[in-house]
Amino acid sequence: MHFLLFAQYIVNGLMLGMMYALVAVGFTLFFGVLNVIQFAHGDVLTVGAFAALATFIGLHSLGGISSEMELLAMLAAAVVSMGLLGALIARFLVMPLRSAPPLNTLLITLMLGTVLREAVRLFYPEGANPKPFPALLPTNAASFGDLTLRLDNGIMLAAGAAVIVALQLMLNRTKLGLAIRAVAQDEETAKTMGVNFQLIVLITFAIGSALAGFAGVMHGLYYNEINFGMGLYLGIIGFSAAIVGGLGSIYGAIIGGFLFAALQTVGAVALPFASAYKDVFAFAVVIAIMAWRPTGLLREQFSERV
Amino acid sequence: MWRKPDTPTSLLPGLAALVLLTGYLIALLWVEEQTTVIALLALAIAAAVAAKFLRLTAPVARSFAAHEDALAGFAVAGVIVIVAVFHDDHFAVLLVDTVLLYAVATLGLNIQFGYAGVLNFAGASFFGIGAYTAAVINGNTGIPSLVVLLIGGGMAAVIGLALLLPVLRTRGHYAALVTIAFAILLKTFLEVNNALGGPQGLQVKGMRIFGWSFNDSIELGKNFELSFYLNYFVLSLLLVVAAFVIVRRLERSWVGLNLDALRLDETAAACFGIDIVRWKAVAFLLGNFLIGVAGALYGMMGSFVAPNNYTFADSLILVSMVLLGGMGSTWGMFLGVIIVIVVPEKLQAIEEYRFLLYAGMVILVLLFRPEGLLPRPVRSYFSGWKPQR
Repeated sequence: MHFLLFAQYIVNGLMLGMMYALVAVGFTLFFGVLNVIQFAHGDVLTVGAFAALATFIGLHSLGGISSEMELLAMLAAAVVSMGLLGALIARFLVMPLRSAPPLNTLLITLMLGTVLREAVRLFYPEGANPKPFPALLPTNAASFGDLTLRLDNGIMLAAGAAVIVALQLMLNRTKLGLAIRAVAQDEETAKTMGVNFQLIVLITFAIGSALAGFAGVMHGLYYNEINFGMGLYLGIIGFSAAIVGGLGSIYGAIIGGFLFAALQTVGAVALPFASAYKDVFAFAVVIAIMAWRPTGLLREQFSERV
Repeated sequence: MWRKPDTPTSLLPGLAALVLLTGYLIALLWVEEQTTVIALLALAIAAAVAAKFLRLTAPVARSFAAHEDALAGFAVAGVIVIVAVFHDDHFAVLLVDTVLLYAVATLGLNIQFGYAGVLNFAGASFFGIGAYTAAVINGNTGIPSLVVLLIGGGMAAVIGLALLLPVLRTRGHYAALVTIAFAILLKTFLEVNNALGGPQGLQVKGMRIFGWSFNDSIELGKNFELSFYLNYFVLSLLLVVAAFVIVRRLERSWVGLNLDALRLDETAAACFGIDIVRWKAVAFLLGNFLIGVAGALYGMMGSFVAPNNYTFADSLILVSMVLLGGMGSTWGMFLGVIIVIVVPEKLQAIEEYRFLLYAGMVILVLLFRPEGLLPRPVRSYFSGWKPQR
């Protein structure tokens, strides 16, 4: 039985890790092409989740649409609108500050995060309260004693893995991916080779933010509840995961995401005062890791530029 | 290169600006009608733009640079005049006190952001540490209140010490992450910790000096009663003056020069033999100390502390004050605090939207005027020296 309970924690940890990894990959992509940290990334995730919820409510009021179609529409809404938002952020807030001190980019994205968070709180109907998120995936479950395997979790894990594999293939096998990698490696050389720098930056921001939108929907489906503050939390953890894995490396970000989820799961199980202090523990770990290895457990891909 | 100024700069422009500002603030605190408030705010914006176009700002800035001590004295007099006008109005005096205490906190934050370039996105957390310290000590011991203020500051510095290692070892966005994580950690900790009152927070006993309780109204004669917040006003004003003098001296001394050097280029500063770790630590701890002292007095004045007042969003509001005023600009801090604190209190329509509004405002400032509304003047190495354009 003990083993089964352990297996249950692993399954939960995997779900958590998948979400962290998706967010961390976004941070790493942005850092790769522009050497900036987009601190509003977590709040983009929140906005994505709320966009999906609004889509659901809109479609549901029409009626007569199967839940699969509703889910697809929600995903499309979240991914497309957040991709667009990401490109807009890059175009109007991040790119204009390229010649300014890096601190200004950091501040402007932090403040943008506040704007997004507060906008959801104030302008979404009763946005200050947690909102129930529909469970649209089949919830069939198989129980083995302490271990419950749910079909929806399996689907989400598979979908998350598929997205990450697709991203990996895109980066390594397509011309667009080549251009993104070129820009990440050396902006000047990429430009002389005929890469449209600005376009590539915008596309990269769109891709990263679309991933956040996807993660937002996943978060909603997993917890069946979303609130305006969740992005701040996920953003900090996702950024920490990206740092732990070494900023600029996609694999590192994914590993970092799962590592973080593992740490948190172990912390929740092993520590006596457990659940009440689980967030305190998570953030204490972030601070401790930064003190121990200031640029991450794995090495940073590019030299530190801020 | 330096040259003697052709004409001695006059005190008058600075004095005129202070008189106008005092009068304006009295008017702003006086009016209640929301449309009048909006009209007054619009007037301020129009006046600022007009002054800019009529080139009236330069003489004022020169006057402030040349006669800073005298003008600082007049500024104190101006604040006293404002409070004298509103002597029996609890709300107005409380508002002035709040501005003064937040000014102390932003002066501390300014040492970190503006001089040393050490990022601290947990300003409200250290403010809260000061306030909670005051709550716990005043509730359980009989330590004199003035000492409690120092302990509050010391506590903020000591807890800052725990963050020192990661802050010193990291730079830029990594350091930002450390302090953000701390801001969230502390708020969560205060919420789940029952010994410190949990989400409901704690009552704080008021200030008491030599048996004189600050929370009693002052009665002079039969019909003349003063708001009890005047007690706190006197102390807050003394704190602001002390903090201002310390920060200003620090900035002008070789310590400030070291801090500037290390902010502008860490590597170059290290090459010139400046001990980076030491000065970063000094800036971080001294800044937190000032924030903690302000927080302790604020806690006693408000007589109540709760985790919800010290969130990450509140820390960002503190940072907005620094950025709006102008990073590194001592006088700018006061402007930033006045804008961020007074305006939402008078204009109730925006109270709910203040986080959104100020975050948006800072974005605009960063895009179009990154040096802030009152930019920090170029360091003046000799008296009468001014940089050539």
